[in-house]
Amino acid sequence: MKKPQFWLWTASLATYAFLYIPLAVVVLFSFNDSVLNAEWVGFTTRWYVKLLHDDDMLRAAANSLLIALVSSSVSTVLGAMAGLAMHRYRPRWLPFLVLTPVAMPEILLGVSLLLFFRQVLDLSLGLFSILAAHITFSIGFVAVIVRARLAGMDESIFEAARDLGATPWATFRRITLPLIMPALVAGFLMAFTLSIDDFVITFFVAGVGVNTLPLQIYSMIKVALTPEVNAVSTLLMALTLTLILVASRFAPDVLKGRA
Amino acid sequence: MALLEIRNVTRRFGTLEAVKDVSIAIEPGEFFTLLGPSGCGKTTILRMIAGFDEPDEGEILLDGKSLAGVPPERRPLHTVFQSYALFPHMTVAGNIAFPLEMAGRSHDEIRQRVSETLALVHLEEKADSFPHELSGGQKQRVALARGLVNKPRLLLLDEPLGALDAKLRVEMQIELIALQREVGITFIFVTHSQQEALALSHRIAVMKDGRVEQCDEPDQLYTQPANRFVADFIGKINLLDVEVKSSSKVLLGLHAAGLGDIAATDPRPIAVGERGVFALRPELIRVFGHRESADLKNRFEGVVRELLYLGDVTLYKVELANGRVIEALMPNAAPGRAKFHEVGDAVTVCWRHDAGVYLRS
Repeated sequence: MKKPQFWLWTASLATYAFLYIPLAVVVLFSFNDSVLNAEWVGFTTRWYVKLLHDDDMLRAAANSLLIALVSSSVSTVLGAMAGLAMHRYRPRWLPFLVLTPVAMPEILLGVSLLLFFRQVLDLSLGLFSILAAHITFSIGFVAVIVRARLAGMDESIFEAARDLGATPWATFRRITLPLIMPALVAGFLMAFTLSIDDFVITFFVAGVGVNTLPLQIYSMIKVALTPEVNAVSTLLMALTLTLILVASRFAPDVLKGRA
Repeated sequence: MALLEIRNVTRRFGTLEAVKDVSIAIEPGEFFTLLGPSGCGKTTILRMIAGFDEPDEGEILLDGKSLAGVPPERRPLHTVFQSYALFPHMTVAGNIAFPLEMAGRSHDEIRQRVSETLALVHLEEKADSFPHELSGGQKQRVALARGLVNKPRLLLLDEPLGALDAKLRVEMQIELIALQREVGITFIFVTHSQQEALALSHRIAVMKDGRVEQCDEPDQLYTQPANRFVADFIGKINLLDVEVKSSSKVLLGLHAAGLGDIAATDPRPIAVGERGVFALRPELIRVFGHRESADLKNRFEGVVRELLYLGDVTLYKVELANGRVIEALMPNAAPGRAKFHEVGDAVTVCWRHDAGVYLRS
């Protein structure tokens, strides 16, 4: 194998440093015993304790978890259906419809959903509009993962199941579902991650009544950048990272960019 | 009554007629083969029997009842797929139990039938393995076991030996024959290999371009091909263009241009002057040296141009007077001599008057 060149190593190290040092600083200063995010004073966990007594923060966290759970569940079901349909019937237009929200700039999606909810549906903004928005942008991810899983499979096993006496429903339950289960778990976790840390789209469609964790963090840093923000960011980061790692275990091809 | 009857079935894909007015009756207990080159419609017929496809015209009857509109899961027949189509997330035992579970058999019955069927295909020790842990031959056996376990009326096999290497294929052929005899289930086998078809089948339907060219027992197909395509497709054969000179009861006088008269037999009344093809198997031709005597009617002088020494037999390519090369297969059955002739030898080729077949074109 060819030996990687010196400048290639330098470039990649610099890139990763640029990406990860700010994150490391956020984590580090969440344990800093000082109200200001300026210099290291001493180790403490009091910002985490303070988080637990911050009612606004807890309400926002609860909202985020609820939205993430419901929207990822719904989009897993709908995305799986879209993935199955794309694989089985190969309609030319479906991939475009499903994948457009994935490729669309978030701000565009946020504005268009806001206009749609307010001016077309005359919906009052809140929990429901956030859910609908999150489901919209998550379906595509699940569909792509499910389709990638199906693409690697021998088509005749589904016919074989029918041939051996399974009804279409039994074929789905006994053959299709177990075989796409890893993709469903990966898709669910992916959708959950996207939902729980989404800011831009949620910002547009949230209205005034409901706050989510990212929105709460944003409103906090508008006032002051206290280590409490670092603490909640660290927790969110840990959760997201864990979910991504779990997702990549269930569908290794997703993180390798083959999906 | 026939177990399965295919009645005037036609199937079109767009403008292409994949199956054209095919009628076949398959008897209970038969090992029936659909043989033909790829694209001849044999797999389409199999898919229509299994219920994955429906005929555009005609009908398929099982035990005298039409299968039209009956979904695959309600047809009492199973398929062994070319790719085996084993369920990757189930063990060997799980795969074999699947059709029994779908049929709603009891737990005890399933356990007993699975172990019986595993024994039938000699895979007892692989019950808990997953498909990806098996060799090609073992997967093949699991697919067979899964198709047989629920005792279907009919087992359809779609080129099931195609993915195996040559040696394993011969072993599996012998096993298939024994297996079919043991379980007594009717087999419909699809293949493009004439050798496989001849070795395995009770009857063979030779197909071309969506039509059945001939449906007969293997030895009949080999010795009495109905037309040029069947003669050429099954085994090696010499085909000579001829004109009918005389026809009296069973004796047929033929003339091959530039070669001479050929004496043949044919019970059919054939008009003098008709043009056709004379088909002759290489193993029915004798090749003699010039000094040897041969008391046979059909004798032609020639020169050995090429030979293929195969140990037990030698294939001679002999150029006749009109430039036509014919192939003769001679057993090397003379102790102390490897073969009889060399390239360049002047020889006489002869055959009995009843050795070949006259094919009307």
